[in-house]
Amino acid sequence: MSPRQTPSQTVGPFFAYGLAPEQYGYRFTSIADHAVASPATEGERVRIIGQVFDGEGTPVPDALLEFWQANAHGRYNHPADDRKDNLLDPEFKGFGRIGTGTSADASFHIDTVKPGAVDGRQAPHINVVVLMRGLLTHAFTRLYFSDEETLNAADPILAQVPEDRRATLIAKQDETLAGNVYRFDIHMQGERETVFFDI
Amino acid sequence: MDWSSHPAHVYRDYKSTVLRGPTKPLVAIDHTLSELTGPVYGQDSIGPLDADLTKNGQRNGEPLGERIIVTGRVVDENDRPQANTLIEIWQANAAGRYIHEIDQHDAPIDPNFLGAGRCVTDAAGRYRYMTIKPGAYPWGNHHNAWRPNHIHLSLFGPSFTSRLVTQMYFPGDPLLELDPIFHGVPEGARDRLISSFAIDVTEPQYALGYEFDIVLRGPNATPLEI
Ligand SMILES: [Fe+2]
Repeated sequence: MSPRQTPSQTVGPFFAYGLAPEQYGYRFTSIADHAVASPATEGERVRIIGQVFDGEGTPVPDALLEFWQANAHGRYNHPADDRKDNLLDPEFKGFGRIGTGTSADASFHIDTVKPGAVDGRQAPHINVVVLMRGLLTHAFTRLYFSDEETLNAADPILAQVPEDRRATLIAKQDETLAGNVYRFDIHMQGERETVFFDI
Repeated sequence: MDWSSHPAHVYRDYKSTVLRGPTKPLVAIDHTLSELTGPVYGQDSIGPLDADLTKNGQRNGEPLGERIIVTGRVVDENDRPQANTLIEIWQANAAGRYIHEIDQHDAPIDPNFLGAGRCVTDAAGRYRYMTIKPGAYPWGNHHNAWRPNHIHLSLFGPSFTSRLVTQMYFPGDPLLELDPIFHGVPEGARDRLISSFAIDVTEPQYALGYEFDIVLRGPNATPLEI
């Protein structure tokens, strides 16, 4: 008989020194942080900011978010993406990680480049893993960009999301802030509950 | 997701799930390159002491507690070894205290124990790390609630769909029966989270050995129902 999957368990409240030690000031190196792109990465710089809200609308101060994305050419830095026509950027891994516990308002931010359209069909997007105390199994979602209306309208994954919930996946460009900033709030529950995927 | 293996998002006995677990139906989607790829972390992502938690936090001596060796295989559901894959590790010290500053449990911090580490599987999918057996600790879920001894583990595996964050428990722990986090797992799958004592891993005059195999989701293991 083939082995069965090891079950998920919550990341708990005390993940910081193991998974995001440098952000939280512990004496251990981080494998990833909010700086998804380095200065050498090709592409258009964007900052994503946001908060995670629980079912009462309270910002969650002990969530951990992970971001996985293609580079500016739409190519993933992974052996399964072997498309030669989309260039690999050796300066870009495409993975970021940040906890919500180091800012007074429990917000997060990542600095990255806007991903390219992925496979000729999908609009630019960032794949997101949401972990926290109280989540026994992590949640998967996606972040799309508000200024990609045409591509978003043709995106095959967004098309599988009920129309009245699609807005929960669109990061909104905030022109009141300096730089190219998009706001992406995650609502775990409630009327505006973010769409989470079963993948 | 294989929901016969993984906990549902809301499990009322674990109170924090009630306001934090998604309640609307998840949207099932086809796998695209976005799900079939994922961050790759291997041998180049760890330092020389990362797999020895008895050494990587030392300041002026040995950490207190019972030294243990934890080893096992990382495979997928087809029993294929997952080589050169990263495991991130964090845990409480022998007294049941995390170094995390929000942990207010009135048990001593060990100045020589950090409680965080990393290791990478070899070509056969095997991993091995040294640590101190973590103590049980109280938490606020219900009256007289105590977490069983456990080690937190995080793995990426080969793709975005194989992401796993879990906890490894110890055999014979009487607190398991009372723990809502452990019980959030479907009944038939719970045993997979309990390590086994292994005399052949145990090193004479030095440390007890525990074996814990980790099974990640395999490619196309779960047919999509759309
Ligand atoms: Fe814990």
